[in-house]
Amino acid sequence: MPGKPLLEFNDNGIYCAAGKFYIDPWKPVDDAVITHAHSDHARWGSKNYLAHHLSREVLKYRLGAEINLQTVEYGETVFKNGVQISFHPAGHIIGSAQIRVEYKGEVWVVSGDYKLEDDGVCTPFEPVKCHSFISECTFGMPVYNWKPPLEVHAEINRWWQKNIEEDRASVIVGYSLGKAQRILQHLDMSLGKVYTHGVIENTHEALRRNGIQLNPTTRITPQSNKDEVRKGIILAPPSSVGSPWMRRFYPYDFGYCSGWMALRGAKRRRAADRGFVLSDHADWDGLLQAIDATGCETVYLTHGYTAAFSRYLAEIGYDAHEAHTLYGGDEAVEEDSSTVELVNEEGEVIQPGEGAAEI
Amino acid sequence: MRAFAKLFADLDETNKTNEKVRVLKEYFTSVTDHDKIHTLALFTGRKPKRQINATFVRTWAMEMAGIPPWLFEESYQVVGDLGETIALLLPRNTSEQHKSLTEWIGEMNALANMDEAGRKQWLTDAWASMSQQERFVFNKVLTGSFRVGVSQNLIIKALADISGLDAATLTHRIMGNWDPNTFSFSQLMQEQDASDDISRPYPFYLAYAIQETSDQQKTAEEMEESLGDPANWQAEWKWDGIRAQAIYRDGKIFIWTRGEELSTDKFPELHGFLKELPDGTVLDGEAICFSDGTPLPFNVLQTRIGRKNLSKKILEESPMAFIAYDCLEYAGEDIRHLPLSERREKLEELQSKTSFPEIFRLSPVVDFSSWEDLYDLRLLSRENHAEGFMLKRLESTYQTGRKRGDWWKWKVDPLSVDAVLMYAQKGHGRRADLYTDYTFAVWDGDKLVAFAKAYSGLTDKEINQVDYFVKRNTLEKFGPVRTVKPQLVFEIGFEGINKSNRHKSGVALRFPRILRWRTDKKIEEADTIETLKNFLG
Repeated sequence: MPGKPLLEFNDNGIYCAAGKFYIDPWKPVDDAVITHAHSDHARWGSKNYLAHHLSREVLKYRLGAEINLQTVEYGETVFKNGVQISFHPAGHIIGSAQIRVEYKGEVWVVSGDYKLEDDGVCTPFEPVKCHSFISECTFGMPVYNWKPPLEVHAEINRWWQKNIEEDRASVIVGYSLGKAQRILQHLDMSLGKVYTHGVIENTHEALRRNGIQLNPTTRITPQSNKDEVRKGIILAPPSSVGSPWMRRFYPYDFGYCSGWMALRGAKRRRAADRGFVLSDHADWDGLLQAIDATGCETVYLTHGYTAAFSRYLAEIGYDAHEAHTLYGGDEAVEEDSSTVELVNEEGEVIQPGEGAAEI
Repeated sequence: MRAFAKLFADLDETNKTNEKVRVLKEYFTSVTDHDKIHTLALFTGRKPKRQINATFVRTWAMEMAGIPPWLFEESYQVVGDLGETIALLLPRNTSEQHKSLTEWIGEMNALANMDEAGRKQWLTDAWASMSQQERFVFNKVLTGSFRVGVSQNLIIKALADISGLDAATLTHRIMGNWDPNTFSFSQLMQEQDASDDISRPYPFYLAYAIQETSDQQKTAEEMEESLGDPANWQAEWKWDGIRAQAIYRDGKIFIWTRGEELSTDKFPELHGFLKELPDGTVLDGEAICFSDGTPLPFNVLQTRIGRKNLSKKILEESPMAFIAYDCLEYAGEDIRHLPLSERREKLEELQSKTSFPEIFRLSPVVDFSSWEDLYDLRLLSRENHAEGFMLKRLESTYQTGRKRGDWWKWKVDPLSVDAVLMYAQKGHGRRADLYTDYTFAVWDGDKLVAFAKAYSGLTDKEINQVDYFVKRNTLEKFGPVRTVKPQLVFEIGFEGINKSNRHKSGVALRFPRILRWRTDKKIEEADTIETLKNFLG
């Protein structure tokens, strides 16, 4: 097809000129279509947002209740200037979607972030046929091969049990939107109560407003009884690691849940007592399988190991390209790609400009 | 192997010292004595001889993983450890193995008599039978790169708790030349020392720095406050050679360097004086290149140490001497418990009888009556070919390992320049997949010329920030090396500088490291090559 491609990368984000809208723009635009509510994909300041309806409350919590937001179901079709848009499950977090764009018989899919395993919390990934696929590749190196997630959840429960027996608090760390719910829903609730850091509880409240059923949790406040809290398990975001907020639960064991825990170096760097390899992104085989299932000819790789992964795809016969986006940046880690939520000792978020330095 | 792999994983899974000791004790009380002694050997750096060339290991791993060589290399860059990279890339195991660590090490040693096809078969079968964690630890042992994040002190503590022997005794017993195939765990643990190893050195007594960094200079008053009356202290110049322990027992000589490396053959010039010492003498001192009564710069020694064969030319260009500063064994008696002042007397007596006074030298005791004197003298360290002072309490015994209190090093402040970050490369281990290895440049006219590599000196937070910068400001990629936009300025410290024909800048630095990130400076304010060359003197 001659002329402009249906989707292109410009300074603001992924742009559809025919439909005059952006997908996951990193600068404020008129019309933003959002794959999911993580902050490197859903940014503040656009005039109109279109997202999956399970992202509604979290987007409002994160971007402001006043945003102009339209939500849709998976599979529902929306037209913008004659371009057909639909949302399809990405399996990344609750409300995450791949976005299918069709115009004059040409189909593109923007993956957002995705994983193939059913995590038991969000709607599982469904492959969507397309001509061109814009894919993430956060873990696009063959050293990343996830274990079955249920094995990891069983490890987490065993670890919690052991900490109880040895009279240590359990602090489990994961990103507040996505990982925290996944951890929570697989905890063995017969072992004890689940306590949450304020940032995570705020997210849970937003999800509950959206009708999501989550296991019961208790917010940690300055009034919380420390001895009681120490008998349960504490769900905390990465930003709380090493903070006075966390230290007050001492003695504790701290477990970190992330795909990066697959590498010893990364685990040692975070000085976690336990690294649980639990990721909401596709591993190497998952990425290859997902790309194959689209039946696409052309692949654009956004964030992750884009250089190596696109080279490999080209060698196995795809028309593969590196795309430069601001999602997490080149080889950046999850903590980079999320806004750093800085919390004070009570676990409340410190707004930027309140004297806290941001990395 | 399973128990050993689990031990390694358990040690990895905690950052708490007590927990590590508990895990070690649990392991040592549950495995066979053979496995215990092999574990101890591995944990103290006694690796089995490498029987398979690393290139073969890589090639066979790539074949088994079914990935092209370039992708294997990229993976290695991300992981930062060859053994781990292979463990992660290989397909899941198809069977299980139940061999002990001792059995696996036995098989590794038996590879010496096997041809290439046999080795390949053995290795791929081994990999196919191991879990990821087992493979990782196995690869580390196999490739001779086994290291463990547990200090020798913790292992000693665990063994001391189990055996009831004291830590200093055990530390001494595991020094030296033992081989886990012949030295047994029960020998190690006997009440009375059962070793007849005449080569066995004593653990070195190491000093901490009294002044942690050049930012925190100690004044004479602060020295007085920390160390008290100068009359209780002996000061010696801190020599820039190689710390060495020289042994003469039963007519045989042994020279150990600090890394517990037996280096007798590396220092033929020292053999003469050692052979005429009384039987049963052990000296602690500095092996250093010396000519016309003056120590030579460290790079002369470094060049010599790097050579496999000591040619006539090398021996002429870099003659060795031994600057002795302590006597640990006298007339066959361990005298480490005596005060320094008495040990020094014995040392001086031995030295006075030598017929090689140009080679067997005494580290002179520096005369000073106040900390002010010493403070001023320290500023002349470089003129005296020294790195600063060693301060030793006259009453001090010769202790084991690095201890605070009685011995201190008081180093001269490093030389420094402000330099621009030019290239970056990913680190290894804890720094894997992070840009932490940097090359710095100074101005040569309007061009930047690279002059030093430095890996250390930044905090974890700063490393993350520089990594973030590098990933977003790459101008070019050459394999694993990235050229970055010249923008960041760092103060680079170093201990000395020498002319070099091998480096484009024409200079080679000793111990370059990052002193601080100069976020206040623009690249235009970085130093020039002339500034560096002025330090050459």
